[in-house]
Amino acid sequence: MAVVNLEERFQEKIDAEVKIEPKDWMPDAYRKTLIRQISQHAHSEIVGMLPEGNWITRAPSLKRKAILMAKVQDEAGHGLYLYSAAETLGISRDEMYDQLHTGKAKYSSIFNYPTLTWADMGAIGWLVDGAAIMNQVPLCRTSYGPYARAMVRICKEESFHQRQGFETLLVLSRGSAEQKAMCQDAINRWWWPSLMMFGPPDAESPNTIQSMKWKIKRLSNDELRQKFIDMCAEQVKVLGMTLPDPDLKWNEERQHYDFGPINWNEFYEVLKGNGPCNKQRLDARRKAWDEGKWVRDAAEAFAQKREAVRKVA
Amino acid sequence: MLFNLQIKRYGDYGDREVPGGEMPGQTNNKSEWPLWEVFIRSKQGLDHKHAGSLHAADAEMAIENARDVYTRRMEGVSIWVVESKYIHASNPDEAESLFDPANDKVYRHPTFYDLPDAVKYM
Ligand SMILES: [Fe+2]
Ligand SMILES: [Fe+2]
Repeated sequence: MAVVNLEERFQEKIDAEVKIEPKDWMPDAYRKTLIRQISQHAHSEIVGMLPEGNWITRAPSLKRKAILMAKVQDEAGHGLYLYSAAETLGISRDEMYDQLHTGKAKYSSIFNYPTLTWADMGAIGWLVDGAAIMNQVPLCRTSYGPYARAMVRICKEESFHQRQGFETLLVLSRGSAEQKAMCQDAINRWWWPSLMMFGPPDAESPNTIQSMKWKIKRLSNDELRQKFIDMCAEQVKVLGMTLPDPDLKWNEERQHYDFGPINWNEFYEVLKGNGPCNKQRLDARRKAWDEGKWVRDAAEAFAQKREAVRKVA
Repeated sequence: MLFNLQIKRYGDYGDREVPGGEMPGQTNNKSEWPLWEVFIRSKQGLDHKHAGSLHAADAEMAIENARDVYTRRMEGVSIWVVESKYIHASNPDEAESLFDPANDKVYRHPTFYDLPDAVKYM
């Protein structure tokens, strides 16, 4: 069959909301786009463990420590679901790790910001996981089956992440003057980077149109960002805190909040590797990988030895 | 809201400076643990259902990893793992002819038979 026909039939399936499965024919560019997107997504989950893992030993109570550990463990799980979804497209796990460790692959820029106070654990849960959920819910209906199924699993777990974060901030917002200040400070630092998580404005996001045609993506960056802002602008009132944007104002006509300009320069700088923690994050990943080598080798050797014994018996 | 309080900041911002090991120049996929498919019985009395996949050195490790990756919230009471290379699958390109024999046999469904309303419990 001619490639044109295959591509047409592929698009017909997409248009009819039929999911694409690993062994189905798909255009090369579709496969490549998915590998890039899913592996970046997986890397983000894995690197995303670092800023929060940093606070496990410093959590203010045993309860908070247990919660934080559960959340960080979930993020590891999310990374694993996504890596295996990407593997169904023909890239190996080692190749993906290699791309991460050599800096060839990107991960979400948000994780290149430092976590300076305990309140950051709250702000990350509320804003960073909140923004992630906003991105991820429509991905549960993405056109590639394994990706969609991984996202369903992830979304089920994310809600706890966001709620525990908000609750952490809520407790601080009702605490001492110092705790309140810490709460506001964390919100101030995480607000703008969270808005950047939705990616550049639609006008500067050339891949969006094709991704939407293939139904990999269901909503545009700007649509998702607006939804997120509308949601947070209301939620922040419950905390008795403010969002650090003097232009944030309800627009009756648009039925949305207006907001001030986002510093895209900062976004591109962090993306290029010039964020506050890019180096620490990658170093920590490489160190974990390198220092874990003997464990991987030992497990492999043990499995082989046992297999040999089994064959003899 | 105005706060003039000094906020103590510490954390991972330049917390420790540890050299990150060498850049892995070449990958060696041969060292990669094999891939396993995971099937989970969510409740006694139900079928095992495909949950996803993972890498593990052997079956025991695959089951333990499956527990941590796929059943952190009591999603399972039993786990099956099978090395992915042992799974044989039908070819999606041949799905039409493969499933064709079932295509024209509507009489296999109860709704094919029109019975008078007088017939109860059938
Ligand atoms: Fe996650
Ligand atoms: Fe999360």
